[in-house]
Amino acid sequence: MKTTCEVCSGAIEVPNDAIKGEIVSCPDCGTEYEVIEVKEGGVSLKPAEEVGEDWGE
Amino acid sequence: MVKTGENKSKLSLTILYDRLRWEEKALAEEAQRIGVNVNMVDAKTTPLELVGNGLTKEPFGDVVLERCMSHIRGLYYAAILEKEKVVINSFNVTLVTSNKLLTTLALDKAGVPTPRTAAAFSLESAIEQADRMGYPLVIKPVIGSWGKMVACVRDKREAEALFEIREMIHEPLQQVYYLQEYIQRPPRDLRAIVVGDRILTSIYRYQPEGDWRTNIARGGYAELAKLDKEQEDIILKAAKAVGEGVMGVDAMESDRGLLVHEINGCVEFKGAASVSTVNIPKAIAEYALEKVRR
Repeated sequence: MKTTCEVCSGAIEVPNDAIKGEIVSCPDCGTEYEVIEVKEGGVSLKPAEEVGEDWGE
Repeated sequence: MVKTGENKSKLSLTILYDRLRWEEKALAEEAQRIGVNVNMVDAKTTPLELVGNGLTKEPFGDVVLERCMSHIRGLYYAAILEKEKVVINSFNVTLVTSNKLLTTLALDKAGVPTPRTAAAFSLESAIEQADRMGYPLVIKPVIGSWGKMVACVRDKREAEALFEIREMIHEPLQQVYYLQEYIQRPPRDLRAIVVGDRILTSIYRYQPEGDWRTNIARGGYAELAKLDKEQEDIILKAAKAVGEGVMGVDAMESDRGLLVHEINGCVEFKGAASVSTVNIPKAIAEYALEKVRR
């Protein structure tokens, strides 16, 4: 599935088996997006939450 | 791939996440293959009632795998959900494993060999303690992961420079100086994935070129490790020291034997899975379901 980066207008290829919550990134500028919804071959994204200081394993 | 729970008679397992990684997808797939209802709940968008009429709008299953990357978010979720659900890892396990200082206390209390460690709560006392311990010396944030902000200072001048920078980060946890002896070890550490009282698999994590830290998140690579009985006992004792659950126990091979230096309560296992023959996500899912089958 294809969509466009909000930051640099690069083309983002989202895997067909992507599911809600998954993270994809723009190959051109690296901006990370979170998959909000996958419907009828289309996908909607939102900018991913930034990694926090308390994030980790 | 992941459908909300439909069949009421079946057990149900929830994966609580804030960022979906390979691990969470693998856990969901294995749980589905086992044949239970599986649903995924986004911790970022799901409020919980502490006091009120019903915990949450989202359907939480019989058992919840708490997989938040944000330790603090995961900790509070566990505390709230435990009112009604079995949560893995529990609030208490997460409280200790998400904090290196509390982990060190628990390990030492249980007699698990761990590096010499100290805490200081001001720049001056941190320098004083660093001088007492000698250099090189490792400083780590008490909460954090992936080797982030872990530094090795080689002398007093470097310690002063680094501690002054931390002093300017006006964030309470940054004023906790967690100082640990630098361990001479091979260019690798050991990661054992423990579920309950069982070591699922162990790997060596080799540090990438030019870095002294071995985190796979920083480019380290994995190799299967074969532990001897003594090493296994130390690892299992460490896991028990912080409470039972699903965790990654990290240790170093020193001239004093194996030293456990950290335990990760929301363990990432993609690296281990790439070299191990054990089906890690399946074993974790089964362990979680076993908790509610009894």
